[in-house]
Amino acid sequence: MERKRKKLNPLSVIDISEISSGVYYLKLERTVDFIPGQVIALAMQPELEPRLYSIASGIKDDYIGILFDINPEGELTPQLASLSIGETVFASDPFGKFNCSPERAVWIATGTGIAPFVSMVRSGRTDNVQLIHGARYLKSFFFSTLFKTELVSDYLRFCTAEAGDGVISGRLTDYLRNKDDLSTDIKYYLCGSSQMVIDVREILLSKGIPFDHIIAEIYF
Amino acid sequence: MEKEVLFGKTLKELKDIVSQLGLPGFTARQLTEWMYKKHVSTFDQMTNLSKKARQLLNEQYVVGLVPPQSVQESVDGTKKYLFETKGHQFIEAAYLPEENRNTLCVSSQVGCKMGCLFCMTARQGFQRQLTAGEIVNQIASLPEFETLTNVVYMGMGEPMDNIDQVLTSLEILTSDWGYAWSPRRINVSTIGVVPAMRRFIEESEAHLAISLHSPFNKERNQLMPIESVYSAEQVVAALRDYDFGRQRRISFEYIMFKGVNDSAEHVKGLTKLLNGIRCRLNLIHFHPIPDSPLRGSDFRTMEWFRDQLSKKGLTTTIRRSRGEDIYAACGLLSTKELIKQEKEKDY
Repeated sequence: MERKRKKLNPLSVIDISEISSGVYYLKLERTVDFIPGQVIALAMQPELEPRLYSIASGIKDDYIGILFDINPEGELTPQLASLSIGETVFASDPFGKFNCSPERAVWIATGTGIAPFVSMVRSGRTDNVQLIHGARYLKSFFFSTLFKTELVSDYLRFCTAEAGDGVISGRLTDYLRNKDDLSTDIKYYLCGSSQMVIDVREILLSKGIPFDHIIAEIYF
Repeated sequence: MEKEVLFGKTLKELKDIVSQLGLPGFTARQLTEWMYKKHVSTFDQMTNLSKKARQLLNEQYVVGLVPPQSVQESVDGTKKYLFETKGHQFIEAAYLPEENRNTLCVSSQVGCKMGCLFCMTARQGFQRQLTAGEIVNQIASLPEFETLTNVVYMGMGEPMDNIDQVLTSLEILTSDWGYAWSPRRINVSTIGVVPAMRRFIEESEAHLAISLHSPFNKERNQLMPIESVYSAEQVVAALRDYDFGRQRRISFEYIMFKGVNDSAEHVKGLTKLLNGIRCRLNLIHFHPIPDSPLRGSDFRTMEWFRDQLSKKGLTTTIRRSRGEDIYAACGLLSTKELIKQEKEKDY
């Protein structure tokens, strides 16, 4: 059968920086509109199998931001990390529907799962939302300056391995498990590893949150 | 040093290996005969191989056929086999005997990344990918192997998330040097990882089953996180790009959840979504899993739902529920057996 695949367009690298050890923020030229929460498929060549990345920039930014960590066994991320300004990558148009409605919501993220929430906040979605961010190390609270500024006290950080100013020591799962006043009326948006999504979802369900109030995006 | 497993290698891979060992090229074909047609488990049983060949192979390789570790049998004859794989990780395969056919449901991953709300395997999270050999081993090591008529990739894991190994396993099952099965005896399921699904459609001839469970974007997203990336609409649109001919079957799997996806609106939604696709819709009774917020629709509702869809011209069947007493739905046994190493978590 004839090979059909998503069309990938060439995009220039505007900037790339290692924002934490092994974690990069890539800025690509922006040619299309998108909705915060959408993803793009990225590849080094148009004929290669692309990988998906959540957009981590706002609708008013003049670039498409991609947050990624290097998978040493992966084919793409080591190559992405070695890109230079002006080089070309190939990307699909934005797609996907991990989009947050304007009603009150709780966002829960770990690691680079913070990306769609970066996009939402940079697009102006800062009211009626609480962000719960978990990380093992303090350096892994990517974009914490943005969230501290925009969400102030609605930005909760949980660190399992280190103590830090304004950071709660411990697991976000323990926090959720011990919290008796989780609202059952609002939506919970989860983004991160599938194991985090599953663990957090089970806790939320056990707290009486209806399953249709839990919206998850998994990384695979 | 751990010896490499040869079971699960393609003829081409075996040719490379024997070439590197300095053995004649036809040794590769002999190996496929012994492994995939005669199911021997040691090189010493491969009596038409030269002594030198057996010695060289024994030094670096093992055949690697692994028998199941345990089995549970249902009152309806369904058997669920548990296989131990590397690192104390467990996978399941369910043998489903029927009057006219005997089907084996195999796993493609240890655990799963997809996080579907109704799935027991999802609760393990993802442990690792299975190799093609570990996938085919579930079939080859089955005590009922000789009676098998069909294989479905509907056990643990998302086959399209391990597409390279799944395609290799299909090559072994369908090539003349392998099991020489017709691809029409094999059905591979997916929740709709579109790029890999396209590869499967283009590179294989096996049947395709798509886990649908709701025609509506928001609702399906609540059941299956994949919907936020690859929606049912996109999956169906991708299918419309291909001509499947009359022999290759596309089916949609639809687990019926009480009060969630079993209404007249869903009949309408399914009819609209699948309009013009030559397919079958299989309605499945939900095997409840512990602490699930979901309940299965009752059988009267399922029959009503089937009849409504049939009236709309959609070929719809209710799949017979099997092995409920041993919990044949995948994931429970292996989740119980999973020795969870205390992993450092970042949440």
